[in-house]
Amino acid sequence: MDAIKSFINIFADPRLFFLLTVVALVLLVWKREVFARNAVGYGLMAVLGVFFAFGLFDENFVLIIAKPDNVPIVALIFLVIFFTWYSMREAVLNDERVAAGDDVIEKQESDRVWVWPDLVYTELISLILCTAIIVVWSIGLEAPIEQPANPAATPNPSKAPWYFLGLQEMLVYFDPWLAGVVLPSLIIVGLMAIPYVDTNPKGNGYYTFNERKAEIVIFLFGFVVLWSSLIVLGTFLRGPNWNFFGPFEYWDVHKLEALTNVQLSEYVWVRGLGQALPDNILLRESVGILLTLAYVFALPVILARTVFRNYYEKLGPTRFYVSVVLFLMMLSLPVKMLTRWVFNLKYVVSIPEYFFNI
Amino acid sequence: MADAKTIEPQESALVRGWNWLTETQIWTSVFRHAAPINDRNRVLVMLSNVFLHLHPVRLKKHGVRLRYTWCMGGLSFFLFLNLTFTGVLLMFYYRPTLEYAYSDIVGLREHVPLGIMREMHRWAAHAMVITVWLHMFRVFMTGSYKPPREFNWNVGVIMLVLTLLLSFTGYLLPWDQLAIWAITVGSNMARATPFLGYEGPGASLLALGDVQLIHAAADARFALLGGTFVGEGALLRFYVLHCVALPLVIGFLMAVHFWRVRKDGGISGPL
Repeated sequence: MDAIKSFINIFADPRLFFLLTVVALVLLVWKREVFARNAVGYGLMAVLGVFFAFGLFDENFVLIIAKPDNVPIVALIFLVIFFTWYSMREAVLNDERVAAGDDVIEKQESDRVWVWPDLVYTELISLILCTAIIVVWSIGLEAPIEQPANPAATPNPSKAPWYFLGLQEMLVYFDPWLAGVVLPSLIIVGLMAIPYVDTNPKGNGYYTFNERKAEIVIFLFGFVVLWSSLIVLGTFLRGPNWNFFGPFEYWDVHKLEALTNVQLSEYVWVRGLGQALPDNILLRESVGILLTLAYVFALPVILARTVFRNYYEKLGPTRFYVSVVLFLMMLSLPVKMLTRWVFNLKYVVSIPEYFFNI
Repeated sequence: MADAKTIEPQESALVRGWNWLTETQIWTSVFRHAAPINDRNRVLVMLSNVFLHLHPVRLKKHGVRLRYTWCMGGLSFFLFLNLTFTGVLLMFYYRPTLEYAYSDIVGLREHVPLGIMREMHRWAAHAMVITVWLHMFRVFMTGSYKPPREFNWNVGVIMLVLTLLLSFTGYLLPWDQLAIWAITVGSNMARATPFLGYEGPGASLLALGDVQLIHAAADARFALLGGTFVGEGALLRFYVLHCVALPLVIGFLMAVHFWRVRKDGGISGPL
């Protein structure tokens, strides 16, 4: 029993956790015909259910799961996994129909029905079920109320509301101005840009994967791997001092983790060239600044001329550059994660004098 | 020749009562047509009822199916109504001041009979965040943001942000440790806003001679909290945003959203 728990604890490490979610997404997309089977979907739900049932016998696990405000995240785990599977299933079924020369299911069901009673009753039933769930949930689980607010007593860990924990998790890799302001703004801008940069006319109003592969993979990566799984990571696996704790691990306030992160400037000047950091800030950070500028300005141009040439020709310069820059901004998080894990890199550009760290 | 007797069919008292009721002036003034059990009245009910007129009269069959819609948009709207209702009840009991806020919340549990309004409000709020996300997920996976629905997708994204802000501002109101520290962590980000936060990059450049324009008592975070820390100013600000400003804005945008669903051709579907 303990062996299983420590095994799971190891796999919940942020590095493995992130890697596993990426692998899961790749598998889902690559082997989608297999995943689309009902047995796989319901089996997945069952495995997840067994995992949580198993966890309920562990006091550390219960401490996190049963915190009233964490209950929605347990629901979120089930719902996101279920609907990711379900939408892929619908997409695969439609793709098979198209491959066989049939119409998609939505097209086959395009004869009209009366809103009264068909839709109105569906709405009524959903509304009653939803009310019942909320009422039962409210009777069964009290809303949390802790000690009165005390600005002098900082809890450890201090966590934002759960839906912002993906952003708080980003603080491990980025400074607040990026993790808390710029990147969230770019998420909103990116979402709003989707209909204007996606010129693919196919897949409008029905589930499909084959007709819009790139769009769906990018969205699933953003929504499931980055947004949802980082919320789960931030809520369940981050304890005191924002240290990592496995789901079956005791949240020890005194757990020590070595801070071995190194600035890029130190890599370049001290370890690479064997000399002290220059006094001039721009000179000191020149490599990092050049790298950042290259990532934001040169890389999109290079991509337009090489691997993404087809997209560039299809989308035209404006749409292409807007979408590629937004895409690179989204990728900056995994890039920063990887460099942190592989090279212990803290900041690419580090100018604390002006609160400017990247 | 015997007298021919016509036998009137006897209706039950219930039917006669119902018939009488539906012919009174009061009834006919409210309901302009008979029950929607034939096609004519199924049209009329949609056209004459203010709550139902958001709907079309008929729609494509796949648009009714849960396998297509997941019902997540409808549930988000319903949860919003639920939150408005329970929120109004909570406002009867809650005073947004340092003196009373916490004890009013405790009192809700201790003194109000059958007091599950706070639970309903909190759990429905969490649920609404999830249903809004899943609604966006469904709309993406069916490609429903594509022309002609680009604008409505954008209205939806703004409402998603507003949903999170509504939940965030409400999180502070119980004024317990959970509340103020969650808001402290969240609002500390505003301190790092480029140029407008006093710990943000470039803020020190905004100065008139020696006078810094951006400092701890004049920056983005101060504007959000009405102070340099999560205190009385923040509580009142968040209360007003939570109960008045944000619901008004999101209510307005909902009207736009639903209107545009209809004007852009109803629920999406293959062309």
